[in-house]
Amino acid sequence: MTQLILFNVTNGLIIGAFYVLMAIGLSLILNLSNVINFAHGGFLVVGGYLAYTLEPYLGFWGALLASPFLTAILGLAIERVLIRPLYGRDPLYSLLLTFGLAFMFEDGTRFIWGAQGKPFTVPDFMAQSLSTEFFFLTGYRLFMVAMVAVTVTLLFLLLRFTRAGIRIRAGTLDLDTVSALGVNVRGLRSLNFGVGIFLAGLSGVLAGGQLGLEPTMGAGLLMPSFIAIIVGGVGSLIGTLVGGLLIGVASGLTAVLLPSASEAVIYVLMAVVLLIRPRGLFGEEGMLT
Amino acid sequence: MTAAVDKAAPVAANRERARSLAMLAAIWGVLALAPFWMPYLGGYTALGTRVLVLGLGAMAVNFLLGFTGVLSFGHAAWFGLGAYGCGLFLKFIAHSTPLSIVAGTLLGGVMGAILGALIVRRRGVYFAMVTIAFGQVFYYIAFQWSSLTGGDDGLRGFQRAPLDLGFTTVDILYNSTAFYYFVLICFAAAAAVMGFILRSPFGRTMLAIRENERRARFLGIPIELHIWIVFTLSCFFMAFAGSLYALVNNFADPLGLHYSQSGNFVIMAVLGGMRKFWGPLLGAAVFVVLQDYVSSLTVNWQFFIGLLFVVVVLFFPRGLLGFFQQRVQS
Repeated sequence: MTQLILFNVTNGLIIGAFYVLMAIGLSLILNLSNVINFAHGGFLVVGGYLAYTLEPYLGFWGALLASPFLTAILGLAIERVLIRPLYGRDPLYSLLLTFGLAFMFEDGTRFIWGAQGKPFTVPDFMAQSLSTEFFFLTGYRLFMVAMVAVTVTLLFLLLRFTRAGIRIRAGTLDLDTVSALGVNVRGLRSLNFGVGIFLAGLSGVLAGGQLGLEPTMGAGLLMPSFIAIIVGGVGSLIGTLVGGLLIGVASGLTAVLLPSASEAVIYVLMAVVLLIRPRGLFGEEGMLT
Repeated sequence: MTAAVDKAAPVAANRERARSLAMLAAIWGVLALAPFWMPYLGGYTALGTRVLVLGLGAMAVNFLLGFTGVLSFGHAAWFGLGAYGCGLFLKFIAHSTPLSIVAGTLLGGVMGAILGALIVRRRGVYFAMVTIAFGQVFYYIAFQWSSLTGGDDGLRGFQRAPLDLGFTTVDILYNSTAFYYFVLICFAAAAAVMGFILRSPFGRTMLAIRENERRARFLGIPIELHIWIVFTLSCFFMAFAGSLYALVNNFADPLGLHYSQSGNFVIMAVLGGMRKFWGPLLGAAVFVVLQDYVSSLTVNWQFFIGLLFVVVVLFFPRGLLGFFQQRVQS
């Protein structure tokens, strides 16, 4: 029993780490630009498939590095051409636009790479279990969690100590004032969008190694990421981090007790949080509400 | 100069009224004669029925979005709940079309009222996200509870019952024209109620909230209560449309609850014109016909639907009606 619970908690943490990586990218874009990026899952899929295409030429490590950057470049182009004209308009329009983009990404991926799933192979030494007792701990899973931890830590450090990072955080609170102080808000938004999409691309590569690649995988990860943001509180990246891990572990634990409810439990969690603390666990009153 | 303006004003108002009356007559004329003219344009009656039902759904979304300025992106949940409520009633409880519509409408509307109370204090993008997420709850329920709902395959095994009017029965099952007129009457009733609410003092407060929420609050309008009422009404209309949709197909589909369906309703409203009462119906007609046409041409039709979203947002943000009005004025 202990092993079973440990197995599912570990599973939950690993899935939660995914949610975190994806949700933090979403959260960055939402906080600064007030855009709900429905196409985030689409970027994730593109990241995964690009890695699949690049792996024969660059190897696993090369693909892991190159694919998120290429995805981010695609994201920057889309932000420049399609999303920038919509800043300052009702958020409805950017929501609908990215919603349409999500369809186009999904069908585009299906058209280019086929509807059948593709495997994304990870190096042999990572594919094995670490010990027979803890059979579920493969090297790759540990590597994934470590990657997420390092990336998120790095992101928080950048936001805390670099000039651009400080501006992004300030812009989250009051973009008009930041603009009045002479900061190039357009550039800031682009940079922020690019970072968010980079994280989506990275999630795609990591997810591909664990789950394999499918055109619909992004849509499946999108909803839990929304819930991670809502549970953690809109406007707070720490909140998103905690929210993602929380719903991951909650669905992992529910899988032990009541397997069929493991999908539903995250929604229950969200309803409870909204009832007791409507702004979310770490949200500040008045942020985007 | 002022005298001339004073004299001209009633004339202009009369002309305005005459134009809107002519407009109404034209709309109802086109709808009432649809089974006769549609075959000539390559349409079929069932397509017209679908346009009416989805158009009603888009109008229900727009009731909240276009007239109160509240963006719900999870309205397919209420649509789907209506469909499942109607279908389950027909399958397990009683073989009666009107009662099944009532059952579906109540199921969706009451659930909407309960959840609405939970989220009504949220605004803007936050409201949109919460409605998306809650909408998905019902999708998962319909998907997982396969013993009741048929799961992934959808709810089958029910048929709309003939209408019993006392002195005669109308066969709406096999006679698609009769069924079209049945749906048209339901549509007209719902549209009339919607129009009546929008013209009432309550409807004016909806516009006030849309235009300036803070100012409306200072005028003493209890904003949260009013938004909750509008949300609930909109859910009831949505569930009503959903019930009709179950009857159209004799089938309820879990994808009808999915957030992508919510997106379709919102794009229909925007495509036709959010600020106009009839905009969403026009949007639904264009959307349904395009979807029907494109999906017959290519398996990658979703790509083109996505493209439609992008084109509408970039080039027709005020919708087709708004676009034409602008052209006429300039």
